[in-house]
Amino acid sequence: MASVSGKHGDPIIEIRGLKYRRGEKPIFDGLDICIERGKVTAIMGPSGTGKTTLLHIMTGQVLPDKGKVLVDGRNVPTLSNDQLFELRKEMGFLFQNGALFTDYSVYENVVFPLREHTDLPETLIRHIALMKLQAVGLRGAAELMPTELSGGMARRVALARAIALDPKIIFYDEPFTGLDPISMGVIVRLIRELNDSLGLTSIIVSHDVEEVSSVSDRSYLISEGKVVAYGTPQELEKNKSAWVRQFMKGLADGPVPFHYPAPDLATQLLGEKQP
Amino acid sequence: MRLLREAWYILLGFLEMLGACGLFLLRLIRYTPYALRRPGLIFQQVFNIGAMSLVLIMVSGLFVGMVLGLQGFNTLNKFAATTALGTLVALSLLRELGPVMTALLFAGRAGTALTSEIGLMRATEQLAGMEMMAVDPVRRIVVPRFLGGVISMPLLVGVFNAVGILGGYFLGVIHMHVDQGSFWSDIHARVDLKDDFFSGVFKSFVFGMAATLIAVFEGYYAQPTAEGVSRATTRTVVNSAVAVLALDFLLTALMF
Repeated sequence: MASVSGKHGDPIIEIRGLKYRRGEKPIFDGLDICIERGKVTAIMGPSGTGKTTLLHIMTGQVLPDKGKVLVDGRNVPTLSNDQLFELRKEMGFLFQNGALFTDYSVYENVVFPLREHTDLPETLIRHIALMKLQAVGLRGAAELMPTELSGGMARRVALARAIALDPKIIFYDEPFTGLDPISMGVIVRLIRELNDSLGLTSIIVSHDVEEVSSVSDRSYLISEGKVVAYGTPQELEKNKSAWVRQFMKGLADGPVPFHYPAPDLATQLLGEKQP
Repeated sequence: MRLLREAWYILLGFLEMLGACGLFLLRLIRYTPYALRRPGLIFQQVFNIGAMSLVLIMVSGLFVGMVLGLQGFNTLNKFAATTALGTLVALSLLRELGPVMTALLFAGRAGTALTSEIGLMRATEQLAGMEMMAVDPVRRIVVPRFLGGVISMPLLVGVFNAVGILGGYFLGVIHMHVDQGSFWSDIHARVDLKDDFFSGVFKSFVFGMAATLIAVFEGYYAQPTAEGVSRATTRTVVNSAVAVLALDFLLTALMF
């Protein structure tokens, strides 16, 4: 393990005092996050806490109201469009649904970023694309169309496309949602393997506690716009906070109540006028 | 009073859309030089938009030409002036019917296809995916389609006019026995290159720009839902039709 100086080692992404509101509803209220280079970091939290929004802020798809978002030393919200595109060439992003180009074959999807951003000869592009597809185990599916793929396969193709340009950072948006257990296992393995073999930094947004804990080095738990807990999966497992326990164990009732706030049931039933 | 306010808001909404559309057009024009560096993408769209509309344009052109021939013959026959049938058909097509009819058909055939294609790419996050790969979807997707439409439209109008005149010829000369020589020589003598032919080409160019701009604009800014894309597609047809007819009036008033 790399030497850790202070609380965090070598940060590749640093978020300081992030504020963002959607309409009247504050999504983030002074969020601080630090992501170490070369690690798999998970960002977990209940649905609707803005985990995906956080990814969009890190990649410059959404502008925050306030705060610093330093990615590899560059403050994302202040970048011009061209600078942002330069930065994005070093990022891979795995959308929840894959976001594959439905009119292109698997192979054409993977070569798309290579053709757009490099002047490499066609033979070399072909070699790179086949190697990326080999890495996700789908070299044999190169000629299929996205509509012919299962959900898990589509996500793997999208992963091959995301690493086509050899990014430094890769973002996974809910990579486990809607997959069968085998595909889930494949994705878990791929995240770990790609992270270690390509020297990536991986950031996973998810609420699948078990899968995330099996692959991540560090996890952030966020809720209501703030970081609730941070640590290795083992540390979170032992966390004393009732909220963290409820989330990690998936309990129906706890600090997050089972019932949405409502007036007393008996009062409501007895007091209600018949229509 | 309330009615006035409603009308005011509708007017404001219309102006806002017009402004957004204009800004989008400027953006497309600014990116045109980049797109010209990859002509393959534009030719692909000329094929998708233009060549794929050919059958519709030719069939419609044939019928419009035949109707012109029939109506023209019946009217001219009353004045014993059927030798002018060729001119009537050619001028009607070149000046008005060719550009306007083609633009309306174009909005229905190619415009809707463009809007729903781009709208669906938005709805399925393909545009966002492209942005995350540091590829600007306006440059890569929208501009080639826009240019493809702008190039296709005058070509389609040319085909429509040619087929339309042939339709008039079938009806007038072969069916109604108008003298073949006077049919063609009349066209030759009376149709002016600048006033009639180029004014039509200019119109078709303007209509092509308007119809394609509306189509890609509606697609790019469509609500990313099933209903949103369907509404955007409808708006493309309605707005293109109104825009083409209004522009036609404007250009006719200015040019003739």
